[in-house]
Amino acid sequence: MAHHPRTDLESAAIRFAGDFGDCIQLMGDQFARTSAALGNAVFTAPDLPGEIRSRPGTLGGVHAFQVGFGSSAITPGDYVHTLVAMTPAALRANLPDVAAGGIIVANTDSFVAEEWVKAGYDRDPLSDGTLTGYRVIRVPVTTLNADAVSALKLSPRDADRSRCFFVLGLMYWLYDRPLDATLHWLRDRFAHLPDVYKADRRSLKAGYQFGMDLPGHAGFRVAAQVYGPGVFRRVNGATALALGIAAAANRSGREALFASFPFAPAVELLHQLMELQPPGVCPLQAEDESAAASMALGASFGGSLGFTATAGPGLGNISDVIGLAVAAELPLVVIHTMRCGPALGVPGKPEQADLLQAIHGRNGESPVPVLAVRSPADGFDVVLEATRLTMRYMTPVIVLTDVGLLHAGEPWRVPNVATLPDLRPPASPPPPTPGKPFLPYARDVRLARPWVVPGTPGLEHRVGGLEKEDGTGVVSYEPADHEHMVNVRGQKIAQIAGDIPRLALEGPPQGDLLFLSWGGTYGAVRQAVESLRTSGFNVSHGHLRHLSPLPADTSDVLRRFKRVVVPELNCGQLVSLLRSQYSIDCESLPKVQGRQFLGAELADWARGSFRPRLLSPGVEL
Amino acid sequence: MTGTSLPVLSAKDFATDQTVRWCPGCGDYSVLTNFQHALAGLGLPRERVAVISGFGCAGRLPYYLNTYGFHTLPGRALPLAVGLKAARPDLTVWVAVGEGDTLGPGVGALLHAVRRNVDIKILLFNNEVLGLTRGQASPAARVGTRTRTTPHGSTESDLKPLPLALAAGLTFAARTADVDAERLLNVVRRATFHRGTAIVEVYQNCHVYNDGAFDYATDPSIKAETTLELEHGKPLIFGSDRERGVRLTGPTADIVELRDDVPLDDILVHDESLPDPTQSWVLSRMTFPEYPECFGVFRAVERPTLDEILHVPPPGPTRALQDLLAGDDPWTVV
Repeated sequence: MAHHPRTDLESAAIRFAGDFGDCIQLMGDQFARTSAALGNAVFTAPDLPGEIRSRPGTLGGVHAFQVGFGSSAITPGDYVHTLVAMTPAALRANLPDVAAGGIIVANTDSFVAEEWVKAGYDRDPLSDGTLTGYRVIRVPVTTLNADAVSALKLSPRDADRSRCFFVLGLMYWLYDRPLDATLHWLRDRFAHLPDVYKADRRSLKAGYQFGMDLPGHAGFRVAAQVYGPGVFRRVNGATALALGIAAAANRSGREALFASFPFAPAVELLHQLMELQPPGVCPLQAEDESAAASMALGASFGGSLGFTATAGPGLGNISDVIGLAVAAELPLVVIHTMRCGPALGVPGKPEQADLLQAIHGRNGESPVPVLAVRSPADGFDVVLEATRLTMRYMTPVIVLTDVGLLHAGEPWRVPNVATLPDLRPPASPPPPTPGKPFLPYARDVRLARPWVVPGTPGLEHRVGGLEKEDGTGVVSYEPADHEHMVNVRGQKIAQIAGDIPRLALEGPPQGDLLFLSWGGTYGAVRQAVESLRTSGFNVSHGHLRHLSPLPADTSDVLRRFKRVVVPELNCGQLVSLLRSQYSIDCESLPKVQGRQFLGAELADWARGSFRPRLLSPGVEL
Repeated sequence: MTGTSLPVLSAKDFATDQTVRWCPGCGDYSVLTNFQHALAGLGLPRERVAVISGFGCAGRLPYYLNTYGFHTLPGRALPLAVGLKAARPDLTVWVAVGEGDTLGPGVGALLHAVRRNVDIKILLFNNEVLGLTRGQASPAARVGTRTRTTPHGSTESDLKPLPLALAAGLTFAARTADVDAERLLNVVRRATFHRGTAIVEVYQNCHVYNDGAFDYATDPSIKAETTLELEHGKPLIFGSDRERGVRLTGPTADIVELRDDVPLDDILVHDESLPDPTQSWVLSRMTFPEYPECFGVFRAVERPTLDEILHVPPPGPTRALQDLLAGDDPWTVV
């Protein structure tokens, strides 16, 4: 059969959507795995319903999994190039995100009256004009798949189990992916279930063949990324954080205790650590968030590295414990996953509205360093940095991530353990000499007090939440002493600004417009800035990993731009910080829909908002 | 193996130079002194002991003990101690909490520490009133107690720590009173060497806000009639002439007069090692004036502790960090 040439694409985003039983995650995962092995940059983003198993066919029960892939993928992609809709509900819930002219792969076996009604359609959306302007590939998946595996004489139920591989095979054809990675995976996975393996293999191949036979479709070819050399793997946000904790224990030479209460989605760290059982890490399920934070702090008092994880309202539940760690000046790393709020908000959807709470949300003057993760794999590095700061400055550290980042995945160059930063804490103080009592609050050049491991003879001491006299650590209510201690604790944290990298910029160091991002907006902002620069706009991008304290040169960098715009998934929290700290009138670009920015919407904003003032014709950029 | 002679420590070695800031005359002073004596008698080096406390008057205890210490916040002492013990099973961890904390904000943490059977020891100061916040009803306030927050008398039923914790599976339960030096030394020693969560409840007089609350149990002239000393393997007999005993008929205890032709065989024999906690629970609930109140060790049984379980290596081969970082599905780009 003669084939039309495939259409070349730089990158694409596809989304699988369906019910719980449609193995959406499995399809997305296999597609991502195959694409990564092929040399594509890949970014995955699952979108799971808030409930565990909603009624099949309803909008509330739709699972989705998006894969962005191509020569570059630092987000899951803005608009969906192909949507796989296993049910009418999956179509209805996801159609708004499909690009104009995009492809809909519809499982026609499920587009029956009963199913459209459940999805809220009055008529069959495949024929009533709903999909005008899209290219629709109609696939009776269940029927064709049953034919494909009929020779195996399976029960109808068992036969239907392999139907997701039929769809996957079709998608592999559509985007020119080889089958072998998935075939190998199936062979290993189902070595003990030969019938399952045979059925899945037949389905995969039949789906691919169905694509080859499609009249009028030639499929696509997607550019690969130039990367390497090195060993790579795919990693999602939760795994990267868990591996960061494992590496922190290894590189600090201290055992780590990770205590956490199962609250979604922070619980995924607990799952990961329980499953991985990394050497030197003890994961512990606590009865609530405050108990978890207390356990972690208790471990730190014992000379181990205490980690805890919270999500949503959980950060408020532990604010007293973080304050106690501030007063006791002990290490504690809190990994907080932001989700829509207030209270339970919108489960499973990202937001960045806990920034000010992380920075300020405790009683008293209780400054703590706050860091934010910018991409799924970045969590690994951020945990190592938090570990460095928590021990070096004897302070709790808060790491912010969001639910989108926690679930999203990307390829990651596997680091060599031996080349990771040396995180051994400062040496314990020497035993006291006669006449010179041990001073638990004596400070080093960084104003940090010593971290003494209980069990050390002669260094017995008491810490606690009451104010202390500097040096001796004796409880003190002296007015001048309290003010001194507040100032010392403040100075200790403030000077971290000089111990962290400067604010790096993508683009010119000065100009008319700077996009400033933090946390999970990194990918969308970078994508927007790259696209703006490609089309001739003079814009720069700065990204903050350290939110408190900010890098020492932040003010200088911002002042070199006429306009500074801060896109945030909140109502302008970083902007209010920058205004109050530096009196710089940054502009806020807020979004609070439980969805990440799209690169295109930021680029469109920039084009619409400031093309008339900014574009300097004739300037080579 | 050659023996190394450990220095013999005295109670003074466990004292700090800090001025004790409890009200003069407080029962906490005798608890402190007796606790220091008890620690000195244990043969443990100071640096191996950590004392974690919660809020309220009892929370000050670590400042007066020359060991490692951590004064925490309402409800946080127990989980903090759990984390410490989980990380450092080699330390002897004592927790000093008042009932206002551990039956109030800390009640959840109490039950969870107990059900995990973490090897920590809880010195539970029970004065049945909130002292440091200046005299409000505590969760242990008995019905009818008048305080600033219960001006017409408390109407809520009181929480008793031992029955509560025994219901959650407590493996070592004891009760004593602040003034009873000998018993306090004894139960602190036994609690220290118990493997698992131990609670030593101390009836402690707050002479400012709840003075004399436990006089019935500590006044030498009447306590033979109002209290019962638990002794393992001995029948439960009390009274100035040891003329009364405790009989169990069904789930409730009866007080019987031995002279009424009740054979001694009918009297309950105390067994602190019973696997089922029901009998110790019944004894721990006996309250004056309906019953004599029991002192001593209610229950001492063993089962695996959390800290032991956590330090059992997971089954199967452990994977080195480098291997974990690479995961199950890495690929190489040259």
